[in-house]
Amino acid sequence: MADAHDAPFRFESVQQVRDLLAGVEYLADAGIAGIVHLADRLRKPVLVEGPAGTGKTQLAKSVAEMSGARLIRLQCYEGLDESKALYEWNYKKQLLRIQAQRLAEGDGASWSEIEEDIFGEDFLLERPLLEAIRSPDPVVLLIDEVDRVEVETEALLLEILSDYQVSIPELGTVEATQIPLVFLTSNNTRELSEALKRRCLYLHIDYPDMERERQIVRTKVPEVGEHLADQITRVVRSIRQLELKKSPSVSETLDWARTLVLLGITHVDAAVASDTANILLKYQSDIMKAQKEFANNGTEGADLPAWKKK
Amino acid sequence: MAEEVREALRGEPLVELLAGFIVELRNAGLPVSLTENLDAMAAVTHIPIEDRHAFKYALAATLVKNNAHWRAFETVFEVYFSLRGKRYTVGDEGGVSGPGELDDDLDDLMGQQGEGAEGGGGGGGEAMTPEELAEMLYKALLEGNDAMLRAVARQSVRRYAGMEPGRPVGGTYYLYRTLRNLGLEDLLEKLMEQRRADDEAPLEGLEERLARDDYEARIDRLRKEVEAEIRRRLVADRGVEAMARTLRKPLPEDIDFMHASREELAMLRKALYPLTRRLAVRLARKRRHGRKGPLDFRSTVRHSLSYGGVPAEPKLKYPRPAKPEIFVIADVSGSVAAFARFTLHLVYAIGAQFSKVRSFVFIDGIDEVTRFFDGVDDIAEAVHRVNTEADVVWVDGHSDYGHALEVFWERWGKEISPKTSVIILGDARNNYHATQSWVVKEIQHRARHVFWLNPEPRSYWDTGDSIVGEYAVHCDGAFECRNLRQLEAFVDNLV
Repeated sequence: MADAHDAPFRFESVQQVRDLLAGVEYLADAGIAGIVHLADRLRKPVLVEGPAGTGKTQLAKSVAEMSGARLIRLQCYEGLDESKALYEWNYKKQLLRIQAQRLAEGDGASWSEIEEDIFGEDFLLERPLLEAIRSPDPVVLLIDEVDRVEVETEALLLEILSDYQVSIPELGTVEATQIPLVFLTSNNTRELSEALKRRCLYLHIDYPDMERERQIVRTKVPEVGEHLADQITRVVRSIRQLELKKSPSVSETLDWARTLVLLGITHVDAAVASDTANILLKYQSDIMKAQKEFANNGTEGADLPAWKKK
Repeated sequence: MAEEVREALRGEPLVELLAGFIVELRNAGLPVSLTENLDAMAAVTHIPIEDRHAFKYALAATLVKNNAHWRAFETVFEVYFSLRGKRYTVGDEGGVSGPGELDDDLDDLMGQQGEGAEGGGGGGGEAMTPEELAEMLYKALLEGNDAMLRAVARQSVRRYAGMEPGRPVGGTYYLYRTLRNLGLEDLLEKLMEQRRADDEAPLEGLEERLARDDYEARIDRLRKEVEAEIRRRLVADRGVEAMARTLRKPLPEDIDFMHASREELAMLRKALYPLTRRLAVRLARKRRHGRKGPLDFRSTVRHSLSYGGVPAEPKLKYPRPAKPEIFVIADVSGSVAAFARFTLHLVYAIGAQFSKVRSFVFIDGIDEVTRFFDGVDDIAEAVHRVNTEADVVWVDGHSDYGHALEVFWERWGKEISPKTSVIILGDARNNYHATQSWVVKEIQHRARHVFWLNPEPRSYWDTGDSIVGEYAVHCDGAFECRNLRQLEAFVDNLV
């Protein structure tokens, strides 16, 4: 099955990736599109990091959607193990098989026959990682929040990430029928191991710049007018400059835009911004800080860029 | 920009070029492994080499695996790849190739502008007066015209920076000269006034604030352009390797607390939050997973019932490690204030790992500041209040460790219990006052541990008026703690 590595590339060029992503309403910048393109060419997994709510998971979903591939998702959590991530033997079925044998032939069948039998494909339960490489169709594999598993568990992923194969002691090595496009996301709650990082391309998705965020708002919430979208993104940018516990993410910007549309607001002023700040910000101390900032018009702002402070 | 890369690649084979680049990255402190090196080589064969942007992202994706290292990468990239050609020369007035081109850029732009409002503003770029340049800058900022901004940046560096070949001056000096001549401070106000005049209705608070942010962002961009231009010219003058060495910026975790610039302090603050979060998660996990308690006899017997009375599954007691109590005593005098701030911030951010945290700050007087942190959500705010409100001056506001420690012992000494770990922060530069090191000795008798964290490099200890050695003999450990990396390691061990 070595031919899996010689399969044609999925994408022609960076621009094509970008256009396709735009087609499924994911507005990628040159960096994001470029790395998706590279991942396809080099057949390497992509490790996506960045603040929460900037569209890390959505990227994988959108790539799957645009290339018509199946999305297989592995949600990571503390305590994830082999039997949840790779494969498991269907021991109930194995037990049944042994009993059926016994009933049918008395004590005739030798142990080795049964053993060979019950450790066969029929008794193997596929878990996401195995499923992803054995699937005949193109697949996008999303390993979500990989920083939640323990360092030791990360090792589970290494074989599949570097060689696209899974070794099962009883069966031998299962190689990929096609190379899945793999995305790992991380919220950076801990440093990932060197071994994992080395095998991946690295993509950091930060908050989008103002222009792109405005486009995102306009695409996702089309009811927002030009003027309001412009104001929304500018307010959000101002808020992100403050020192907050949790800066508003893109998804919160979108929530805010939707709220404003629902409330029938077409123009944001200080009062509106203060009243609806709780949608953008999730900590009371952050909300207070933002409201204080809205109230003063920046003349004596405490958060001027550092070089301007005397 | 594209032709620069191509130019760069024509001269030297790609492999060598990349190898040199990776050496520079390693010199800057980035860990680049051999496989990553190979990946980068493979990656650049898949992208159109003229596309400078794609080239940069391909290298970044394969070589930089930590977002905190991005800035360092970018600097090295800019220096290494920005000019391998001969586009720039530094000699200004007599310059043959470089400045001419720049003026062409400017002329084009002025031409475009000329069709607009002012008629003849564009003629003869070489003869541009400072007034015209200021006018252009003003317009570029007002309209947010990036191309024009870039041209203005180039022009003003050429005009104001006063760069001469071989002059041994740092880039910041040129930056300062250029920006001073552009008068950015007044510009913001001028722009705001223009904005107010343009709108019929007076700007309400929020709009005004947003407009200001807009202009500030643009001015910031101008500043970056100026910086980049100066860097390009310096590289042209001094060569890539020399520049890479001088421009090397420390990674956030390696920034020295005592000598951090304002910008670096901002970076430190930014790096601190994810650090505390990481630390808290890691420590909580450690606590949960260290399950090696003694045998729980009751539970084992209870569970043996399901095996017919055979104790097949030994049950262990959950250990309940006592959480330490922490006293932080911090010197907050000028030289070490930043260090004290970061440490206080860090200790409180992982406060859940301790049963109690009390903090004291001193210069020559000492004050308990625990109250500022009680029930406060925003640690940064509390630290700020400590800086402004704590009563720490006794006589003259110069560090006096002896007096501070004496007072501490008198007032709070009895509250130290065998569960308490005491952490003293400071450089122990005592201005030749009495040491009173017996206090530390007494504290050590009562407390579980006494640690001393010193933000000075170890080689400076006990030089001049530093008397850390006299205190250190009574401590369980004295550590050099100059950057976030060392601080993190210490806190990790403490818990």
